[in-house]
Amino acid sequence: MPKYEPVLLKNILTPGYAGDLAAYERAGGYQAIRKVLKEYQPEQVIDLVKRSGLRGRGGAGFPTGTKWSFIPKDPSVPKYLCVNADESEPGTFKDRELIERDPHQMIEGTLIAAYAIGAKVAYIYIRGEFTLGAKVLARALDEARAKGYIGTNVCGSGREIQVWLHRGAGAYICGEETALIESIEGKRGLPRAKPPFPAINGLYQRPTVVNNVETLGNLPHIINRGVEWYTSLGTAKSPGTRIFSVSGHVNRPGNYEVPLGIPLRELIEEHAGGVRNGHRIKAIIPGGASAAFFTPEHLDVKLDFESVAQAGSMLGSGGVTIMDETTCMVWAAYNLMGFFHHESCGKCTPCREGSGWLHTILGRIEHGEGRAEDLAQLEHLCGNIAGKTVCAFGDAEVAPVLSTLKHFREEYEAHIREKRCPMGERVLAHAGH
Amino acid sequence: MLSEAAKTRIQELFPRYPDKRSCTLAALRIAQKEQGYISEEAMADIGVLLELTPVQVYETATFYTMFTLQPVGKYLIQVCRTLSCALVGAGSLIRHLEQKLGITAGETTPDGLFTLKKVECLAGCGAGPMMQINDEYYEYLTTDKVDRILEDLRRDGKSSLASGPFLIPLQMA
Repeated sequence: MPKYEPVLLKNILTPGYAGDLAAYERAGGYQAIRKVLKEYQPEQVIDLVKRSGLRGRGGAGFPTGTKWSFIPKDPSVPKYLCVNADESEPGTFKDRELIERDPHQMIEGTLIAAYAIGAKVAYIYIRGEFTLGAKVLARALDEARAKGYIGTNVCGSGREIQVWLHRGAGAYICGEETALIESIEGKRGLPRAKPPFPAINGLYQRPTVVNNVETLGNLPHIINRGVEWYTSLGTAKSPGTRIFSVSGHVNRPGNYEVPLGIPLRELIEEHAGGVRNGHRIKAIIPGGASAAFFTPEHLDVKLDFESVAQAGSMLGSGGVTIMDETTCMVWAAYNLMGFFHHESCGKCTPCREGSGWLHTILGRIEHGEGRAEDLAQLEHLCGNIAGKTVCAFGDAEVAPVLSTLKHFREEYEAHIREKRCPMGERVLAHAGH
Repeated sequence: MLSEAAKTRIQELFPRYPDKRSCTLAALRIAQKEQGYISEEAMADIGVLLELTPVQVYETATFYTMFTLQPVGKYLIQVCRTLSCALVGAGSLIRHLEQKLGITAGETTPDGLFTLKKVECLAGCGAGPMMQINDEYYEYLTTDKVDRILEDLRRDGKSSLASGPFLIPLQMA
């Protein structure tokens, strides 16, 4: 039995739950959108979500109600809602489960958000590889449309909200909100310079909100059970629950929904079953590949936005990757840099070129060809990438390098000194390079 | 050349968007589904339909990793090589597949049946090592399981070992 009452995963964890419209309605689904349409003005929904303290679950953790409040109120201006279902952050797989197992929960959240910001059209941008998810969502959208939850007269309210599925085609960067917008417009997913922010100038140059799948999944519950209930979960500044995707060297990898603010140790040891084969933890990524590495010293850090940031990393996407002592940290940074170099969109020179150089240097250190000046070179490069790009991808790609250099510098030095990976061929055999 | 049926499917999407260009990704996907890859002729047809220049279609087609401008094998095997999968043995799995198929990653078997690719994170991190073959995900892979999947595909064109709706940890199912 789960230790905490699941909220977003409740239906999914109910034996026999099929995830179709009838099952969702039997579980109390679509009551929140009915209530919103009948009892609340859009402004009141925004105020309610602001008071709930809900923060975005995609990565940045920006307060959702505040984001909505930036949308101009002028009813003559078309507005758009984009659902960010482009889950691609290494180590993260929560949205995939929410989409494939309980699609109507996020659709109801989408309708609530669209109503709040005055959008008549919402696009669900689902990552291209999620073929099953796209099928499940398409079916769910058809069901919701047939039942009058989506269309020109939502629940008989006279309100129009259309929801369309828009499939991506394989590009990590499209999870960045402005790149996602460009991609819906049919272009390369290159992030836009901000300002102007999407709230003023987004999709088709119109006011636009981009919200993550998990963020939207919270909305029906906040409406149904109230702000007081919601703020009783989690911490004062990070209320609610969070779905953490745990992977790597643990006995029970999986998605675990817990209140924000539980210690990292509890997530790993009690929920994910501890480190496999009796090994010891060597490193932990607490919030997806863009987050700085933690060490066992950080196991008592509380998993909320503030505590993780204070400890030098970020809660990010909620992807928690565990590495035991058989893992070479230079190899881990090299592996992730392969990802970042491949996925750099190419718009900004520091990121496009820098990710390649970081990958090359990390590779030669890992393969025993490192040079004495390489560590200073890595740091110099990182300093010329972070904060010098249009989007946060530059900051993301230097996080694994700088944090492994900080916590595991002696490993880098040993690679260069001994002209080999001290972990030996066993590690390279796993590498996938 | 795009078939009339494909053109109709693309045109059916127009009412969803205020700008036809938004149909570019869907149009490219439809073209690829029909021909197995995206030809220059298909891109030209898409340009006419969406009122775009050939370069506008081409620049979009070349940005996304799921679009291929060259023919690939009947079964496109994409193995995740990113950290979580690599920690649980993606590297060994790729080498096993290379050995089994007699090709290196990036190549297609001489009979045109399998193309093997190493790809970045597919959001199956907790169920690694994993791979995608055409539209299906395959997770919790072992070398035995991979062998069975290849045999199934050769024999039946599909495998019952494909992943169902995502639910992990499995013991909660």
